[in-house]
Amino acid sequence: MTEITDNLETAAHPENLRRVAIDPVSRVEGHGKVTLLLDENDRIHQVRLHIVEFRGFEKFIQGRPYWEAPVMVQRLCGICPVSHHIAASKAMDMIVGATLTPTAEKVRRLMHYGQILQSHALHFFHLCSPDLLFGFDSDVAKRNIIGVAAAYPEIAKQGVLLRKFGQEVIRITAGKRIHGTGSIPGGVNKNVNIEERDYLLKDVEQMITWSKEAVDIASQLFEQNLKLYNNFGTFKAHTLNMVRADGAMDLYHGGLRARDMDGNTLFDHYDYRHYWDIIFEDVKPWSYMKFPFLRSLGPETGWYRVGPLTRVTQSDFIPTTLAEHARNSFMAFNGGSATGATLGTHWARMIEMLHSAEVIRDLLHDPDLQGDDLVNIGERQERGVGVIEAPRGTLIHHYKVDEHDQIIRCNLIVSTTHNNQAMNEAIRQVARQYLDGKKLTEGLLNHIEVAIRAFDPCLSCATHALGKMPLEVELLDTEGGRVDTLTRSANGTFYQQE
Amino acid sequence: MTFPILILAVGNESRGDDALAPLLLRQLKQHTDLSGVELLEDFQLQIEHAADLVDRELVIFVDAGMDTPAPYSFYHARPDDDHTLFSHALAPEAVLTTYLRIYKQPPPPSYVLCLRGEQFELGTQLTQQARQHLQLALEFMQKLLQEPRALVWEGYCI
Repeated sequence: MTEITDNLETAAHPENLRRVAIDPVSRVEGHGKVTLLLDENDRIHQVRLHIVEFRGFEKFIQGRPYWEAPVMVQRLCGICPVSHHIAASKAMDMIVGATLTPTAEKVRRLMHYGQILQSHALHFFHLCSPDLLFGFDSDVAKRNIIGVAAAYPEIAKQGVLLRKFGQEVIRITAGKRIHGTGSIPGGVNKNVNIEERDYLLKDVEQMITWSKEAVDIASQLFEQNLKLYNNFGTFKAHTLNMVRADGAMDLYHGGLRARDMDGNTLFDHYDYRHYWDIIFEDVKPWSYMKFPFLRSLGPETGWYRVGPLTRVTQSDFIPTTLAEHARNSFMAFNGGSATGATLGTHWARMIEMLHSAEVIRDLLHDPDLQGDDLVNIGERQERGVGVIEAPRGTLIHHYKVDEHDQIIRCNLIVSTTHNNQAMNEAIRQVARQYLDGKKLTEGLLNHIEVAIRAFDPCLSCATHALGKMPLEVELLDTEGGRVDTLTRSANGTFYQQE
Repeated sequence: MTFPILILAVGNESRGDDALAPLLLRQLKQHTDLSGVELLEDFQLQIEHAADLVDRELVIFVDAGMDTPAPYSFYHARPDDDHTLFSHALAPEAVLTTYLRIYKQPPPPSYVLCLRGEQFELGTQLTQQARQHLQLALEFMQKLLQEPRALVWEGYCI
């Protein structure tokens, strides 16, 4: 019998194993692929998540004038363009030596929290609710937003309108629905006038109510399926997130905090402008995506998790009333079991959505939004680093600009890259728990995808042309020959290749 | 004020022929009388686009497709439970189904104009073939807008 390796990253004797690929992983942004290597007894020897990364874009931006970056980077991704818009703007603030005016910072915060709200709403109501409401191996034909809309029309409607509200916040602060230009090096190019403010204010209380109800749905799902939710793909991880000076959750600005898997602080309030002193990016031959790690712990054990679960559990508090109340309930639930659970991420994500709705309301009541002092410029620098907590986790933009104002170097570490090893750990755990020794079915393979979707990975693929999103599962025999191929086309139909 | 006709283009201008739909919108603005028409653009279709269909009389989704017959296809899109969703992006039929479910009424008559594209890589330019398809699609769209009635548009469906 073939020896089974503990960590499932690399099989001892891959040459004799059959390969199953989930390609691409569905309901994530872009192209991800999972490969499993199994022996003749369906025992699993290797599990890997492979992802195409942003490197092409980093080249693409080189040679452009620095002031174009906040607009150009929005073309990275059709899902989180605003996050890149703001992170690039923060980096360019450094380039132009700016300290933001109160109006500029608050308009940007409003834009950012609008983005968090709409992104989290999309993920919970559209991408993961089919799994959570119907079950991971339920009828695949119904396990989608259309099925949710049929069975739970009110929930589906709230998802649409929450998302729409977030988009309206973005439209008003960024100036346009897409390709927004609102955030510029050194500030913003427009404020929020009274009419725009009142337009958003009329709906914001409803958004808070729906967000609170979404937190309740997420917590009830956890409570009703306690054993499953506690254990599904759960693993221990170090953490990285940004916090405010007083330790509060702050998704726009702050210092970096890292804790080890036992909760010991590795560093706190670290100035992100020197992130390369604490984070390094490793490469592995089987993936295009890098594997960041904490330098102090080294490449083997220094990987970490970012995102909603980390932020909610590792911030000292959330500075809005309802979200903080929800956080306290989350932390105390069942002796704290949700705080380390992969599926606890959904609950944490909804707490952040509630927080975002509260922040938006509070900002809308702030008269600084109507200020006229929009831009501040100081002494020109050659290097700029911008960091925010994007919907999926910490997002780092780093640029070097020459004396001709051209970008000559660009490095992005996006949330999904930070979570690369964490996602691999989650799917290996699921493979051990649910797939090892079993005959593979679509429902079992979906368990792998459920674990990945908990992280809401965003894989940089704003290309979406019709007909480009198939799923292919390929079965090969021990000699590597193809036994069977099942393909799911973009319109949802399955067909078997001869 | 809601305009009775919505043209919703999806695509990313930095990804080669994925720019076809946004470019078509831009050319329409320059060369066409657009009274009563709203032009919207996004990277990809999403659930909230169902809300953009409210109070419309006619809707056209414009997109680029790899498997589309050249130079373009034009067809009537209907709500369809079989159009399930595999990424953050939705098919037009899925947007229509979302509309049907949440507003509990049929969506407005909706059509898809899908232009054939060849290359969708980041940083690439529009291909020569795509430029030709774009010109033909512009002429076709202008013809549609001269007679904005579902009965007439049905006759153009391929």
